[in-house]
Amino acid sequence: MVDLATSDEIPHPRNGRGRALIYHVVLCLASIAMLYPLLWMLASSFKPDSDIFGDASLWPRHFSLDAYWRGWSGLQVTFGRFFLNSLVVSLCSVVGNVMSCSLAAYAFARLKFRGQKFWFALMLGTLMLPYHVTLIPQYILFLNLDWVDTFLPLIVPKFLAADAFFIFLLVQFFRSIPRELDEAAMIDGCGPWRIYWIVILPLSVPALATAAVFTFIWTWDDFFGPLIYLNDMNSYTVQLGLRSFVDSTGKSDWSGLFAMSTLTLLPLFVLFLLFQRLLIDGIATTGMKG
Amino acid sequence: MADTLIDAATPVAAARAPESSWRDSAAGYLFLAPWLIGFFGLTLGPALVSLYLSFTDYDLLSNPRWVGAANYVRIATSDPKFSAAMHVTFLYVALAVPLKLTFALLVAMILNRGLRGLPLYRAIFYLPSLIGASVAISVLWRQLFAGDGLLNQALKLVGIHGPSWISNPDTALYTLVALSVWQFGSPMIIFLAGLRQIPKDVYEAAEIDGASRSQQFWRITLPLLTPVVFFNVVVQTIDAFKAFTPAFIISGGTGGPIDATLFYTLYLYQEAFAYFRMGYASALAWVLVVIIAAFTALSFLSSRYWVHYDG
Repeated sequence: MVDLATSDEIPHPRNGRGRALIYHVVLCLASIAMLYPLLWMLASSFKPDSDIFGDASLWPRHFSLDAYWRGWSGLQVTFGRFFLNSLVVSLCSVVGNVMSCSLAAYAFARLKFRGQKFWFALMLGTLMLPYHVTLIPQYILFLNLDWVDTFLPLIVPKFLAADAFFIFLLVQFFRSIPRELDEAAMIDGCGPWRIYWIVILPLSVPALATAAVFTFIWTWDDFFGPLIYLNDMNSYTVQLGLRSFVDSTGKSDWSGLFAMSTLTLLPLFVLFLLFQRLLIDGIATTGMKG
Repeated sequence: MADTLIDAATPVAAARAPESSWRDSAAGYLFLAPWLIGFFGLTLGPALVSLYLSFTDYDLLSNPRWVGAANYVRIATSDPKFSAAMHVTFLYVALAVPLKLTFALLVAMILNRGLRGLPLYRAIFYLPSLIGASVAISVLWRQLFAGDGLLNQALKLVGIHGPSWISNPDTALYTLVALSVWQFGSPMIIFLAGLRQIPKDVYEAAEIDGASRSQQFWRITLPLLTPVVFFNVVVQTIDAFKAFTPAFIISGGTGGPIDATLFYTLYLYQEAFAYFRMGYASALAWVLVVIIAAFTALSFLSSRYWVHYDG
C-alpha cells in the first residue's frame, strides 16, 4: 500500500506528499466539524442540565445517568413503549417490503407475460410521483377502514410493494443472475415459484439485505406517517414520542431530551456499523437517496 | 432429415405455445398481484380521488361539495400563505441543492485522490445522511442554533455575539439549509462512484499535453461527470421540495417565525390535518406535482445541452 503510493508520486515526491498531508488535515477538520454536534449531544446527555449551556466541551464534568431515567419516563407513557412500537412497525415493514418487492421484481426481471413492459413503465412512473398526491385519499380510506390509531396504515402499504424504489433495486440485481441457473432448474422440473424460492432469493441475499436495512432505517426515521395516523400516545413511535417530549418539556429539560434523542439514534448507529459496506454500495450502484 | 425433425416438432410446439404463454402470464400476474393491488388501491385510485377532491370543498364530515376551479383560483390569486410557502420552498431549494452538491463534489474529488483512510472518511461523511431525517437531529439542530446554543457559544470565544438563529425570521431558513448541506454524504458517494468510472489514462494524456489541474477539472472531470451531476440535481431537488420534518420540529409545527420556515409540505399538512380543508389541500398537492413535473421536464429537456453521455 505504502509502496504503491510512493511509486505513484515519483515525478514530484515532495509536492505529492505535501498535498496529501494538506488533504488529510482538511478532511480531518471537516470530519470533526461534522461529528462535533453529535458527540456534543451524546456528552450533554450525561451532564446535569445546568452544565449544558455554556459548556461546549465533549467531556461531562459531572457524569450522571439521571437524564436517561428522567427522560425514559418523562411522559405519561414510557419510551419503552415507543421503542417497542417502532420496532414492531419497522420489522413488519421490512418483512412486507422484502416479500412484496421481491415478488414483483421477479415477475419483471424473470417472467414473460403480456403487458409486462407497460406495467414496468408504470412502476417506474410511480417513483416520480410525490406521495402528497395520494396522501389525503389514503387517509380517508384508512379512516373509513377504522385503521387510524393502529399500525396498519404504516405496515399494509409495505406488503403491497408501495415503495417501488425497492422493486427497481431488486430488478437490477435479479437481472445480473445468470439465466442458465433458471433454465437448469426448469429442466429439473421447477416452476416459477420454486425458481424464485430456491434459485433467485438465495443468490440475492446482498440485495435483499440492502432493501431490508434501508427499509428499517427509513421506517424507524419516518415522522410524517405516524404523525398523521397515530393520535393515541400508547401507539406512538419513538419519533412521535420525541416530538411530544419536546412539546411537553420545551426548553426545560435539555439533557433529558438529548438522552432520549441519543437512544432513538442508537439503533441506526448499530445498523450503520454493521452494514456500512452494504449501505454505501447500495447508494453507489442505485443512486438511492440514502 | 432435419426437415422432418422440424416438421415433427412444429405442431407440438405450436400446440404448446399458447398454453405455456397463458401459464406464464398467469404466473407473472400472480407474482405481480401484491404490487398491482397496491398500485390500484393506494396509488392510482387515490391519485384520481385526490384530483376530484381538488375541485371540491371537503372537511371529512359532510360530503364533498363541487366548487369547480375555485381552489386553484384561490391558490393562484389570493392566498398569501401559499405565496409565502412558495417563496420559502424555492429559496430553500435554490440554496440547499447547489451548496450540498458543490460540497459533495468537492469532498468526493479529494477522496478520489487515492488517500489512505478513504473508507473511514467516507463513513464519517455519510453518517449524517443516514440519520439526518430523524426527529432527534432536528431537536439537536434547534439547540445548536438557539440563542444560547452551541454555535453562539463557539462564536463567543472569538468575541462575536450571535443572534438567536432559529427565532429570527431572517436567519431561520438558513439553519435548515445548513442541516441539508450537512447531509451531503449520499450524493458524495454517488459522485465518488462516478469519478471512479473516469479512466485514468485520460488524465495521463492531458498531463502529457500540459493541461493544468483546473483545466483538467473543467475540460475532463466535469464534462465526463455530467450524467452523475444531472442525476444528483434531479434527485436532490425533488427531495428538497418534499422536505418536512426539520421545518416541523424546528418551528414547532407552525412554519414560523412569521412563516420563515413554512415549507410547502408543511403548509399542505396544516391545511389538511390542522384545518381539515381536504379539498384545498388536494389542490395544493396537485400544484406541487405540476411544479415537480415541470422541473423534471425542464431538466431532461435542458440535459441535451449540457449532459454528455458519449464519454
